[in-house]
Formats: sequence, C-alpha cells, structure tokens
Amino acid sequence: MKRYTIFVITENFIGILNRITIIFTRRGINIDALTASESRLEGIHRITIEVTASEDTVVQLVNQIEKIIDVIKAFYHEDESVVYQEIALYKIPVSRLDGGLEKIIRQHNAKIIAAEPDFVVLELTGHKEQTQDLLEILKGYGLLEFARSGRVAVAKRMLTIDSFVK
Amino acid sequence: MKDSMIRGADIVVRSLIAENAKIIFGYPGGAIMPVYDALHDYHDELRHVLTRHEQGAIHAAQGYARVSGKVGVCIATSGPGATNLITGLADAQIDSTPLVCITGQVASHLLGTDAFQETDVLGISMPATKWNIQVRRVEDIAPAIAKGFYIAKSGRPGPVLIDITKDAQTNFGEFNYSKCLGFRSYRTHIPVEKTAIQEAAFLINMAKRPYVLFGQGVVLGNAEDELKAFLDKSGIPAASTLLGSGALSEDHPNYVGKLGMHGNYAPNLLTNQCDVLIAVGMRFDDRVTGDLKRYAKQAKVIHLELDPAEINKIVKCEVAVLGSCKDSLSLLIDAVNANAYPEWMAKFQELADQENATVIQPDLTPVKPGLTMGEVIHQINKYKADDAVLVTDVGQHQMIAWRYFNYKKPRTQVTSGGLGTMGFALPAALGAQMHDFSRQVICVVGDGGIQMTIQELGTIMQTKAPVKIVLLNNNFLGMVRQWQQMFFEKRYSFTELDNPDFIKIAEAYNIQAQKVTERADLQESIEDMLIHDGPYFLEVVVEKEDNVFPMIATGCSVEEVRLS
Repeated sequence: MKRYTIFVITENFIGILNRITIIFTRRGINIDALTASESRLEGIHRITIEVTASEDTVVQLVNQIEKIIDVIKAFYHEDESVVYQEIALYKIPVSRLDGGLEKIIRQHNAKIIAAEPDFVVLELTGHKEQTQDLLEILKGYGLLEFARSGRVAVAKRMLTIDSFVK
Repeated sequence: MKDSMIRGADIVVRSLIAENAKIIFGYPGGAIMPVYDALHDYHDELRHVLTRHEQGAIHAAQGYARVSGKVGVCIATSGPGATNLITGLADAQIDSTPLVCITGQVASHLLGTDAFQETDVLGISMPATKWNIQVRRVEDIAPAIAKGFYIAKSGRPGPVLIDITKDAQTNFGEFNYSKCLGFRSYRTHIPVEKTAIQEAAFLINMAKRPYVLFGQGVVLGNAEDELKAFLDKSGIPAASTLLGSGALSEDHPNYVGKLGMHGNYAPNLLTNQCDVLIAVGMRFDDRVTGDLKRYAKQAKVIHLELDPAEINKIVKCEVAVLGSCKDSLSLLIDAVNANAYPEWMAKFQELADQENATVIQPDLTPVKPGLTMGEVIHQINKYKADDAVLVTDVGQHQMIAWRYFNYKKPRTQVTSGGLGTMGFALPAALGAQMHDFSRQVICVVGDGGIQMTIQELGTIMQTKAPVKIVLLNNNFLGMVRQWQQMFFEKRYSFTELDNPDFIKIAEAYNIQAQKVTERADLQESIEDMLIHDGPYFLEVVVEKEDNVFPMIATGCSVEEVRLS
C-alpha cells in the first residue's frame, strides 16, 4: 500500500464526479481526499484524488476512470513525482492565547488570517505531515475548529493538458 | 413561434427514426405520455411494441440488439417505469449490448421535490450504463439522442439511458438532426500496433501447443470471418466462451468445444497444458477461469481486446494487442505461419471421447425412463434451421442448451451471460423474433425463470411473434438444487416449485401448446412445433433431479473439471 495521486482531466458535465466516485465505492476503496476545479482550458475540469492502495489497484482504478465516456484522460503518480500542497485552517479561542503561540506561529510559518473578539484563525499551507504537526500542538490551545483541504497537485513531468485535448 | 417548430416529444420520435430505429419496445405512463402521443403519428415509420412490464421491454430490446447487431431501443415512464429497467441495463452493461433507453421524467421545476413518480434515475442507473444524461431543454433532445446512439454502438457497445423531463417533451423547438460522429473525450478506434502483432506472431509461431479462446468480442466486432481464416491458416485449436458461441461454426475442424464451469472437459482441462494462450475478445470471467491462482500459469498469454480496461484486469498477459479483433486478426493472419498440431489436437479428442462416453451419450440418448434436458436439445438440433436463434434463460437448462445446441451461424446465441438474469429469455426471444419473423427463434426456458416474466406471453399473443417456447420443467430451481445437493448436503431449501398448469396459461394467451411427458412423443412434438406457423409453447417434463456435468466447482482449478 502506498499513497498515490490520481489526476482526472474531464469534460464538465453533471454527474461526472459521481461516475468517478462509484468506481471507488464499488471496490470498497476509500478516497483520502479529493479536489475538483476548472483547468486553465475552458470547459475542462481537473480532479485530483488522493488514495492509499497497491499500484495494481490504482492501475485498475485509473483504467476504469478513463473508460468513463466524458473523461478525457486519467493517470496516476507516486508522491515523489508530483508537487502538491494542502491548506489547513485552525480556529482558536482568544481566551487561550498566551506568549507560546507566537513562537508556534513563527516556527511553523503559519499566518493569522482573521482575528475576532472571541477567536483567531490560523492558516498553514504545506504537506499533510506539516499541517498535522501543527494540529497536534494547537489541540493544547483549545482548538475550536479545524479544516484541511484535499491535495492540489501538479505533475513534475513536462506534459500539458493540451496534449490530451484535441 | 415559427411553423417549423415541433414538440420535444416529436423530436424524440423523429430522432429515433433518423437513427434508423425500426422497432422500439416500451410501456407508457404519465411522464412519457407526450412521446406516446407523438408515436401515434408515426405508426408507419416506427413500430412500437407494448410489452407487459418495463423489464420485458428492455430484455426484448436486448434480444433485438443481439440478433440484429443494431441498437435496441426501449422507452418507459419515470419512477417505477424507469426503475424496472435497471435489471436490463445491468445485464446489457455486463454483456456489452448496445441499447438506447428513453425514460420520461417529471417536469424540470419538480426535480428534487419528491414529485409523483419522481426518482433519481440518473443516479440509480449510473453504475449500470455506459453513459446517461438528463435532458431538461427541448433543444438538447436531438443532440442527446444522437450522442446516445453513437456511444451505445461504438467501441465496446453498451446501454445508454436518456432521461427527458416532461416539459422538454411538451415545449416546442426546431428539429435539425445531425448524427454524432465522435467527440474529444471518447476514443472508439484504436489502431492496432504493428509491434504487438509481431510479438504475438513470434510467440504463436514458436508455440508447440497454442490454444485460442474466443468470446463475444468476435461477434461484436463482426470478426467471424477473420477468426475462421486465422484458425484455418494457423491450425490452432479453439474453444468458445458462453457468449462467443456462434462466432465459429461448431463444424469447424479446429473447434474443440466450450469453456467454463459447465463447458466441455477437454477445453477446460487443457487450458492448463497449452504453452501459448490466445484470448480473442473475451474477458476471463471467473466462470471461465475457475481458481485464478491455478489458471494457465504455464502459458504465455496473448490478449486481443478492444477495451484497454480489460488488459491485465484478471489475467496478466505477455502481449496485449489492443484494438478491434477484426483488425488484429486480419494482421495476425498474415504474420503467423501455416501450421498444424496433430498431437495436440489428438489430446482434445481423447478427452472429448471420455466426456462423450461419460456425460454426453447418457444425456442425449438416455436409457433411463425420465426425459433429459439434453435429449430435447438433441431433437431440436435435428430439425432446426442453420441460422435458428437459441434464446435461453438462466440455470441448468441454459447450460444444457448451450452445451448441446449446434451453433453454426453468427448471432444465434442470446442469453444472459454476465449477469445471469432469470426471466431474460421470454422477452429476449420476443425481441429477437420481432427483428425478423422469418427466422427461427427458439426460446428454451426453465420453470423458475419463465415465471419471472411470464406476462410477456401477452406481448407474444398481441404481436403474433412466432417464438417457439420450450419449457424444460423439472419443478425445481434446478441449478440451485444441484448446488444444494453437491455443496449443502442435499438440504433443499426453497428450491422445489408447485407449478401452475403451464399449458392452460399458454392457451389462455391463445398460444398453441403441447405437453410432453414421454420419450416416445418428444421427436414428433418438436417437429410439430418447428413447422407450426405462429407462436408455440412446448412443455417438456424432465427428470426432477438431474445434474449438469462436467462441472468446475467454485474455487477449483480448470484442471479439476469433474465429469460426475
């Protein structure tokens, strides 16, 4: 079992995400994270799926995804061959702030992006391990809420979407 | 409003006509009523067959598609009408049958409100369709139907569902039909790579015991002639999957029989003795492979396949030849040496002789008093036309009929292979017959399966489709009973049936019927049936507890195929 990133380049039609996710559901495979957004080409979306599985399984998943009529291309990468980021937001009560927090923010390169009378919101962008480290620390500060995005990623190899869209 | 504007419902019907649909199967209801109203104006151009249940409509469309090679079309209303199609969609999806199914849907402003007969058909049908779409605007109807037909029949065929809201059917729009010729996300033609052909030919030319397994891909790709020419030249023995039957005449000298759980002895057993396995348009179903860990491990596998997702899905291959097997076989014919394998063929013959003595003769020419399913098929073979279509349901009768029916022509095999849908045969036979009244369509069905869709006798009555129905009645759910006998210590849990008087039922539908209980009457009654002008119902009471052999039990290897 290893962590893989699956990229799906697809037409933007209703139901496409459903068609993709049922391929995982049917095989009892959990999606670790998923993000979808418009690509730089109009009408074409890219979906990034993070999954932990054997390579054999990932190959089958990618083959089945690519078989979907409205999918233009699907492929997969190991972590080493993609550049990726995740964003995490942490909501902390003002009442728990003390001198220690400044050090933590500096050490982790986090930012305060909102300050309200009752709480502040910190933001950290990075890999899951980094956002997870900060999460563990902030649990000691009465963390009120935590949210982490799925992975946004680009492949290291020099192929562009245009080569799949003809 | 311009004069050229027509209702969405008329656009539906005229789009079907533009796609050269001749016969559609369906059942009306609230949300599809505008389309039914439109159908009333196009009697001469488009025939609609009213089935007695939507499941009957879709199985009929499947039967029609299988024998004709065309796209089968069925229509149904929203909600229960649409959900009744699901079994047929799943069946068509797993057996690669081209269908376009049109369902009515509640008006678009009611979507998501739990309106009367509203159901999320798009969501429900998604895993069971090759493609589906909901149309909410009149101007999107014709493009959706054009795209649907293109997707259904191109590449690896499959079922398409088009859900059309009632307001889209009643609104007016322009009708300019243009056929779909392709689009960027969907590649249908895969050119065969020359290097793959060279590698495959190299393995084949070096082989001492090569072996061809062919499946429905040959039929779907219209590659029957190419398969025959390839076998003629290469001299390689060839065996068929369930849905491959008909792709090669069983009289061909290289034909060695059938694969799978209840296939023939030699073809299964010798899978584990060949050195090069050439899979042509087949997908290594678990009913063919048995235990995968002990399946053809000694062989180098060459897989000729159109669908990239099938490559290495079940069996890892040495050489993948992607593309239509019509193209790849054509190229292979030139690349392989003319050859013959007399010793290897003799092995098949030797095992076939064993099967013949132990299983086939007792099945076909029994000496015990009770009638066997096998002898019924044996008699049918004597009188059937060469291009007669055999439609079967699911269970013991299906396996026996498949084993003994003498397939000579393409598109003569119609059965529910992948899904194993009981209740398939009667409506599928109706659909197959509707394509061509002059062709013999023989529907062999069990007493369990026929009662799942027996209402379609009404459709046969109304259409006068001259289907020959052969009910093999053992008053048991025979295949389940066989498993209970073999693997569940004969605990016959809910498999015995108290059946109605089938003859009375057939006669109530005004279908000529006859019941045979004695061997002496069998031959004549089959002759009578086949020469009868019109539908015919023949019930044959067979031995209650006969079993189907050979058999590869679940979890066993192909080489553990049992003769008893």
